[in-house]
Amino acid sequence: MAKTLTLVLMDPPYEKETTTTGFRIIESALRQGHNVKVFAYEGAVNLTMKDQQPHPNPVKGTTVEQEQHPTTKDWVAALFRMGSGSPKLEWINCGLCVDERGAGNWIEGPRRGGPKELAEWVQATEATLVIPTK
Amino acid sequence: MGKYVLIESRDPFDSADCKNFRDLASGLAKGGNEVAFFLTQNGVLPARRGCAAEGSLAELGRSVSVLADEFALRERGIDADALVEGVRPASIDALIALIMEDGRKALWH
Amino acid sequence: MSKKVLSIVETAYRGTLEEQDDTILWLNHALKNNGLDVAVLLRANAVNYAVRGQDASGLRFGEGALAHPPEIDKDVEALVRKGVKVFLVTEDARERGIPDEKLLPGVEKLGRAQIPSLFQRFDQVWHW
Repeated sequence: MAKTLTLVLMDPPYEKETTTTGFRIIESALRQGHNVKVFAYEGAVNLTMKDQQPHPNPVKGTTVEQEQHPTTKDWVAALFRMGSGSPKLEWINCGLCVDERGAGNWIEGPRRGGPKELAEWVQATEATLVIPTK
Repeated sequence: MGKYVLIESRDPFDSADCKNFRDLASGLAKGGNEVAFFLTQNGVLPARRGCAAEGSLAELGRSVSVLADEFALRERGIDADALVEGVRPASIDALIALIMEDGRKALWH
Repeated sequence: MSKKVLSIVETAYRGTLEEQDDTILWLNHALKNNGLDVAVLLRANAVNYAVRGQDASGLRFGEGALAHPPEIDKDVEALVRKGVKVFLVTEDARERGIPDEKLLPGVEKLGRAQIPSLFQRFDQVWHW
């Protein structure tokens, strides 16, 4: 039976394996038919920043095209395509966290929110997992 | 009694707090709760047979179900047949099934 | 009926000077304001949040001053006043040499062995 998972993420991109573990959790939950609501808190609001760009790899001597360097915003966009209908992916970027980081230019999909929305999600969903940062 | 999934992303070589998280799992099990202990990220490092920390994980495995993230194992070159006794490889899908189980509380460490 | 959530706070002084708050205590206070029934368990280094007399004033970088330094002990007291139950792990305080008389009076002390039974009182347990 389809249920809904509220997932709180905190780590910024390119720092911890928790980012990709979080994405694996979202992907698996969606694939298994569950809805996912992501609350991006603190550094995690940077995961969806639109200005992220892939880069070449001078050590390996690869170009941008050859390297196909992943960006977290592209991965999140792919997760949004998975969760565009039923099951559904929703994503809130904590507004105050966005403001203090100047991280307001993000890809299509996430919306701005705060503790009010998180409290509502926790009440309304079957499970909540918090993945904190250290 | 309750059901829990404790997700361990840290390893005892880096974090002294791992012992407290294992003790929490044992304490919950001793209290009659059903506990799954899911190792992921560097949390799978002590699951390699022969490592200095294997005793504590094997001991934990006697009271709770200890699972190790298949991807994290493969990522670190730890073969499924080289795991500490009592540790079983498990997929991320299995973790989701646990998290989404009615009434099971999920904690990340 | 509101879900009952226990928020375990482990990490201490993470970004508290930049934020002028501990962001996890802050979030839990905001969740309480929004109707969620939260309680807080301070463990590991975060037991120091219950120590009276914290003072992070005086930080200045050239002309840039920290106008409102964090006052985590007062934030813990504010949580208690708000009706949030705040617990603290006694062994963690003892290991860090924190004497009982330095701890805030509104914080309830419990031993590590009591944590599993504490969990039973909550629908969800979050570990920050």
